[in-house]
Amino acid sequence: MSWVLSLPLIIPFATAVFAFLLRNSPLGRWTSLVGSSVGLVASIALMSTVLHHQVITGQMGNWPAPFGITLVADLLSAVMVLITAITGIAVAIYALGDIDETRERLGYHALFQVLIAGVTGAFLTGDLFNLYVWFEVMLIASFGLLVLGGSREQIDGGVKYVTLNLISTIMFLTGIGLIYGLTGTLNLADLSGKLDAVENQGLVTVIAMLFMVAFGVKAAVFPLFFWLPASYHTPSFAVSAVFAGLLTKVGVYALIRTFTLLFDGDVGLTHTILLWVAGFTMVTGVLGAAVQNDFRKILSFHIVSQIGYMIMGLALLTPLALLGAVFYLLHHIIVKANLFLIAGVAKQLTGSTELAKIGGLYRSSPLLAALFLIPAFSLAGFPPLSGFWAKYILVKASLDEELWFLAFVALAVGLMTIFSMTKIWAEVFWKAHPDGRQPALSGLVGRTSLIVPIAGLALMTMVVGLMPEPFVTFAEQSAAQLLDPTPYITTVLGPQP
Amino acid sequence: MEQLLAISIGVLVAGSVYLMLARDLLRFLFGLILMSNAANLTIFVAGRLTPGAPPLVPDGVDAPVGLVANALPQALVLTAIVIGFGLFAFALVLTLRAYQSLGTLETSDMRIAEPDEPK
Repeated sequence: MSWVLSLPLIIPFATAVFAFLLRNSPLGRWTSLVGSSVGLVASIALMSTVLHHQVITGQMGNWPAPFGITLVADLLSAVMVLITAITGIAVAIYALGDIDETRERLGYHALFQVLIAGVTGAFLTGDLFNLYVWFEVMLIASFGLLVLGGSREQIDGGVKYVTLNLISTIMFLTGIGLIYGLTGTLNLADLSGKLDAVENQGLVTVIAMLFMVAFGVKAAVFPLFFWLPASYHTPSFAVSAVFAGLLTKVGVYALIRTFTLLFDGDVGLTHTILLWVAGFTMVTGVLGAAVQNDFRKILSFHIVSQIGYMIMGLALLTPLALLGAVFYLLHHIIVKANLFLIAGVAKQLTGSTELAKIGGLYRSSPLLAALFLIPAFSLAGFPPLSGFWAKYILVKASLDEELWFLAFVALAVGLMTIFSMTKIWAEVFWKAHPDGRQPALSGLVGRTSLIVPIAGLALMTMVVGLMPEPFVTFAEQSAAQLLDPTPYITTVLGPQP
Repeated sequence: MEQLLAISIGVLVAGSVYLMLARDLLRFLFGLILMSNAANLTIFVAGRLTPGAPPLVPDGVDAPVGLVANALPQALVLTAIVIGFGLFAFALVLTLRAYQSLGTLETSDMRIAEPDEPK
């Protein structure tokens, strides 16, 4: 069991070492690609093991839980690791055409692999302090990737990204200290039982709020999201695609994990706050996107608005709503990473990401236009694409709880998303290029490596949309595990009295 | 002892909030460093204080004898200090680089990535 769990962590770290040593040679980028492929195989192995056993656990260094460092994979963790590996390989292929030699010499591939390792570790750990360490691994790698190249925009965006994320880190650390003082343990499974037994439940709620703010900054929820639209449009496109796909989702995962496993004592307070947060996140994100005039800035604000949907699923805390949150999480990572990749190709073809300065892609590169429509309509929730099912389930869940207004907000935000997507369509693809350029895909250097990941991710969106049933069934089982953590706890700690 | 540490944590947080409200990026960073030290002290105090009782195992037995200090929070704080050091080293270099390439550390002037829309 231990090897299946630790290989998805060991492989990216090992790849990072080799990619760093080979950073001055063209072999470096191929090392990264091979490492990502092996990592994908390892995470498929993990997924199939978890599908067979439901929850698997491994004690690092053979110290029994709750004393040692525990790695746990339930269905949610395993599928997040798998989707991280899929995003990883898509971006690794894309980087062959997008990352220039200067950035490679600065160690792009090594940092990228460390980032993947950090994200994977955060999904697999069963220990709160270990989660903090994985967050930091991820954070320091993302700092490096964000400012790699060092343009003025990158430094400016980097300052905001770094400072706000450091505040979140300190909040997280304080929460860990207090929770340890209260219960004497940091193992998630162990905490789940011990927090319920704490006499002073008020203090538990206070700690829950610290965690909500800390993970809320990472997940970019209202009113803590301002670092995201300040920085995500500045780095190279491969970097912003992997950030957009994975980083905020680690925050959402941490929120889902802690607010189903640990902080389920005062649901009336904590999850009501989450409900309001979800509504405001959806609305502010989509309104922010509506006033932007840059391809990547629009997409950045849409990340914020989409995070609101996932938080809404968590806040409702019904089986159907959690199902929707898990499904949304998976659909969103694929779609969002893909849209940023497409923005990168559009920039290379037309010379900018500012909507006023570009255009004409529909006439000159119809393939790219078709590939854009799939994730864009999926994001807005058109049937039969994956986003439609994700939104449908969440709206249904809120109607079941008789939260009419929230369901209305979710639908209205979907409508506003269409507005932004059609704005991009009209400006980038439909109207003629203001300089009269006819940018064709055939003239693009390294176009195979740029188009293959985009087409692959678009194909996945189509598959999830046209055959949603196995994915919905999977998300249903995963939601059931989240709502009844008994198997998780007994697998980690052994049978409980 | 706990009261003394609790008060100093309070003072550290108050000082750091004061520094972080400044518009100067460097002051903001100093505030962050103070606050991360306050967080480390919180973990330390949360592990209960047992002055003058190092967790040493005497010869011939498997476990420490009597009441000894809790070693776990010390390990946690040590890890947090190391990680914090790395992060702040990066943040300081970033600040230096920001001063070199943007020419200012006034946070209200740092609008290059998000310029005001032309009216």
